[in-house]
Amino acid sequence: MLTDPTSTESGALPSAGLHRSRLAASWASPRSRLTVLGAVVLALTAGYLFTDVPGSLAFALRVRGLTVIAMLVVATAVGVSTVVFHTITQNRILTPSIMGFDAFYVLISTVIVFFSGSAAFLAFDQFALWLIQVVVMVGFSVLLFTWLFGGKRRSIHLMLLVGIVLGTFFRSVTEWMQRMLDPLDFQVLSDAMFASLTRPDEALLALTAGLVVLGCALVAPLLRTLDVLTLGEPAAVGLGVDHKRVVMVLFVGVSVMIAASTALVGPILFFGLIVANLAYSYAGSFRHVWTLPAAVLIGMTCLLGGQLVLERLFGFGGTLSTVIDFAGGLFFLYLVLRKGAR
Amino acid sequence: MIALENVTKRYGRQAVVDDVSITFGGEGVTALIGPNGAGKSTLFGLVGRLLQPDEGRITVDGMDVASTPSSELAKVLAVLRQDNHVAARLTVHDLVEFGRFPHSRGRLTLHDREHIEDAIGYLDLGPYRNRFLDELSGGQRQRAFVAMVLAQDTEYVLLDEPLNNLDLRHMAEIMRLIRRMADELGKRVVVVLHDINFAATYADRIVAMRNGIVMADAPAREVMRPDVLAAVYDTPVDVREIDGKPVALYHG
Repeated sequence: MLTDPTSTESGALPSAGLHRSRLAASWASPRSRLTVLGAVVLALTAGYLFTDVPGSLAFALRVRGLTVIAMLVVATAVGVSTVVFHTITQNRILTPSIMGFDAFYVLISTVIVFFSGSAAFLAFDQFALWLIQVVVMVGFSVLLFTWLFGGKRRSIHLMLLVGIVLGTFFRSVTEWMQRMLDPLDFQVLSDAMFASLTRPDEALLALTAGLVVLGCALVAPLLRTLDVLTLGEPAAVGLGVDHKRVVMVLFVGVSVMIAASTALVGPILFFGLIVANLAYSYAGSFRHVWTLPAAVLIGMTCLLGGQLVLERLFGFGGTLSTVIDFAGGLFFLYLVLRKGAR
Repeated sequence: MIALENVTKRYGRQAVVDDVSITFGGEGVTALIGPNGAGKSTLFGLVGRLLQPDEGRITVDGMDVASTPSSELAKVLAVLRQDNHVAARLTVHDLVEFGRFPHSRGRLTLHDREHIEDAIGYLDLGPYRNRFLDELSGGQRQRAFVAMVLAQDTEYVLLDEPLNNLDLRHMAEIMRLIRRMADELGKRVVVVLHDINFAATYADRIVAMRNGIVMADAPAREVMRPDVLAAVYDTPVDVREIDGKPVALYHG
């Protein structure tokens, strides 16, 4: 018979474990936690839509409604893709931006301003720009992926490394071009590079929403498989997961969602890091059935809350992405330092 | 049985598994021994479809590993690798539940829950079922992973160096457990071991590898000979009989 191997060392531990389980029980199940979060999001949405209406309510609802939908689309894309990306890479301080999505977005806009000037950039057909952005971003990431993961040597880490190097390269090219720009052109370009969720183009919003739904449709059937992927590739393969195929499907879903939402509102991926990590601690479960919706709802809370603070408190005295980047930077440092302390 | 036919795996030009043809995984416990770099883990990786062979064919109970769906193989063959780092915080129970994934695809039936309870009970993990993996000692964590493999309810169980980083007592405990799994549950266990005395004590059969080649494949006692072991490890090994059991001396 096996004897209890910790009979000597377990003396202090049971009370700690008991304490924790009691705490966990009082802090309710993932289901009720998410319900609370959902209620918060609904309350914030109502607060954003119905308070402080200057003129016609119908007009305000229309304008603000679009913003809320844009937020939902972006929160879904960023939340889902970051959590999935974390699971695929087995690393929780990465965001998909490491594959150069943001870099490409800025590069494409810079190239347009560089070669045809800011007037042409502002006059550029919104749909064409969005389409170019999406196609280039998805194309690049899928190319990188099939090259470094689809082939015989399947290395996610090599793919990430190449992604970082190429991303840096594109950023350098962008920077070089920006330095050669006319100050006025540069001004226009910098303005365009802050993520903006307010007043989205309706047609583009619909298209983006469609692509994000498509991405979610790719991820949804794999929710339970994603749980197994948290064990790492060897264990997942041992449990009968067709790792290569599953990761491919997930990756395409992530690329499509990220590309569409970045093309709509601008670089916003850093925000995914905060959202995903908050979701892990808040959801109280590692299961993707809970962490994915938690990430989306926390994303909504951040965006709505941030927008409310910005609009009602500061009277539009800044952009939402500045607030998010600032908070995100602090949170990232906290994550790194906490990891180091462990 | 697990059968390899002329299997070769190269890293660059180096053949890590070199034209190996062997059939193993008979009843009881089979120990796979050999020096570092002999190709033991690679062999496991090939059988466990983590790696693709450059040449040759591998079958498990007649099913070709290359063409059989991974989910089907996972119902007959469970593999526990050496390093089991988990990024997320899982409890013991969460981990053992994963063992049922090949059968339930994540939707647990009553039958699945019975298997989970049995596995947790079999490994005496009851008191720790709600503990997080990072709160366990090395020995407990190893048992949790073995419980997951047990819950998978496969005929073949492949364990890659399950004694790594364990102290004497926990090593012996895991080995007794492996023996019991074979005797009581009828599992066919194949286990990579570095301690040849554990192999001699607990295994029915020993397969010895070196430089990607199978050097010996015989009942344990026949492999426990100074000439065989010296050839496998390329170092002098003395074998003495103590209480009727062969014991290898290699400490100086």
